[in-house]
Amino acid sequence: MANYSTNEFRSGLKVMLDGDPCSILDNEFVKPGKGQAFNRVKLRNLKTGRVLEKTFKSGESIEGADVMDMDMQYLYDDGDFWYFMEPVTFEQHQASETAVGDAKLWLKEQDTCVVTLYNGAPLSVTPPNHVELEIVETDPGLRGDTAQGGSKPARLVTGATVKVPLFLDQGDVIKVDTRTGEYQGRAKD
Amino acid sequence: MGGSIDIWRPSADNQLLLKRAKLLAFLRIFFAQRDVVEVDTPVLSTTSVTDTNIDSISAQVNGANCYLQTSPEYFMKRMLASGVGDIYYLGKAFRDGEQGPRHNPEFTLLEWYRIGWDEIQLMQEIEDLFSLLFQYIDRAQPRVSRISYGHAFRERFNADPHQCDLQTLQRLAVDLGYQNWGNESRANCLDLLFSEKVEPKLPDGLVFVYDYPACQAALSQTQSDCSDRLVSRRFEVFLDRMELANGYFELTDASEQQQRFEADLMARVDAQKPSLAVDEKLHRAMQAGLPSCAGVALGVDRLLMQLYGATSIDEVLSFGWERC
Repeated sequence: MANYSTNEFRSGLKVMLDGDPCSILDNEFVKPGKGQAFNRVKLRNLKTGRVLEKTFKSGESIEGADVMDMDMQYLYDDGDFWYFMEPVTFEQHQASETAVGDAKLWLKEQDTCVVTLYNGAPLSVTPPNHVELEIVETDPGLRGDTAQGGSKPARLVTGATVKVPLFLDQGDVIKVDTRTGEYQGRAKD
Repeated sequence: MGGSIDIWRPSADNQLLLKRAKLLAFLRIFFAQRDVVEVDTPVLSTTSVTDTNIDSISAQVNGANCYLQTSPEYFMKRMLASGVGDIYYLGKAFRDGEQGPRHNPEFTLLEWYRIGWDEIQLMQEIEDLFSLLFQYIDRAQPRVSRISYGHAFRERFNADPHQCDLQTLQRLAVDLGYQNWGNESRANCLDLLFSEKVEPKLPDGLVFVYDYPACQAALSQTQSDCSDRLVSRRFEVFLDRMELANGYFELTDASEQQQRFEADLMARVDAQKPSLAVDEKLHRAMQAGLPSCAGVALGVDRLLMQLYGATSIDEVLSFGWERC
C-alpha cells in the first residue's frame, strides 16, 4: 500500500496504525510560531470501533490500509459465518461473528449491506439504515388503540428486540432505523 | 465553503473588515504617540531564515531564486544596526505549508524593536498596548498573568523542562503523541508537550510565558535563572490561550548568532529541508553592531480572531487562501 503524508490526511482515509486498520475522522494542523508543526488526528480503529487521538509530526508518513467498502447482498448464515455476495461478480465472502457484530440483529436475506473488506476479507458489516422486519413475538395487540402513546417490546425475526406501539401484533412487518434501533412505522405492503 | 457559489466574496464580513481597519489605525496611533517609527521593509529578498521549523515561499525574480519574507526581522535588524532607532513594521509575512484554523500562508504581522530595553520592559509595553486597545474597543480590561515556562510546564508534567533528560521528554511525547516521537529532539518534544497540555490550561486573559528553554532560544539571549538553570530570554504572549506573539531580549553577539545559524542548517539537513545560505548582509550588520534591544512579533489576524470570537482565521481575512 502507498504511504500517506500528514498533509494528505483527510476524513475517510484508511491507514495502518499499530498494526490495525483505521479510518481518519479529523485532522487539525497545529503549529507553535517558532516550533515544530504537527497534526492532531482523530482516527477510528476499524477492528475495535474505538476512537483514538494521535499527534503526528507534520510531514510524517504512515502506511495506507488496504480497506474498501463494498455493497453486497446478504445471503444467509450457518451459525458460524454470515455469507455475502458481490452483486456483479457473484463472488461470495464469509464474515465471522466478530466482523458482523451488532449488524446481525438487522440482517435480512437479500438486503444490500456495506461490507468493509480489509486485505480482501470482511472486517465489518454496516446494515442498510432502514430495514423491514417481521414481529415474531410480542404481547397481544390492543386493536383500535392507535392514538394513545405507550409502547411494548417486540422480538423481530432476526432476534432484535425493539419498542413498538401497543396496537402492533405478531406477524406485523415494521420499519426500523438500524442506527438507533428505533421503530419507524409499519411497513407498507 | 470550498464549492460555494459565493467564492468571489471576501472571507470576512463587512463588519469585521471595518474592525480590522480600526485595529490597524489604533496600532499606528499607539506607536506614533511613542515615537516608534514605521518602516516598510521588503517582502522579497534573496535570502531567508534558517529556522528549521519555518519554511519560506520561493519566487523567481529576474531569473533568480528569491524568497517571500517569513518576517521583517532581518531587514529591521539591519536598520537597527545602522542607527535608525525604535521601529515597527505592520504588514505581510509569508510562511509555506502553514494552513489551518489559525494559519494562512500569507498573514499580517506587527513587529517592533525597542533600543536599550530588555524583554521585561517590552512585556510591560505589550500590556499597555492591550490595556489601551481594550479601552478603545469598549471592552473590560483583560486579566494579566506572567508565568515562567518552567513553572507552567511542571504544573502539568511534574518534570523540569530545562533539566530533565531527553528520554523523559521523549517518553512523555510518545505517551501523548505517537511512537515516532521517541526519536525526536528536545525542542520538538517540548513543543508537542507544551502545545497539547500546557497551552490549553493557561488562564483566561493576557498571559506572558517567559524564560523559554535554552534549546528554543532562536535569536534571544540566554542567561541563568534564579535556580541556576540556563534559560532563554524569550517570551510568548497568549490571549485566552491563543499564541499571539513571540519576543526576545535580542542576541547581539555576531559570532554566537553565526553558530546558531549553522546549527539550524545542520538541523535542516537532518529534517531533509531545503538548504539555505546564511544571510551574509545580516551577519555584517551584526558585526557592525546591533544595539542592545528587545523585539517582538505579533500576529494581527489572530488578535482579531480573539477579540471578535472567530473560530477560523478566514473569518478575519479579506480573502482567505481558498478564495485567493
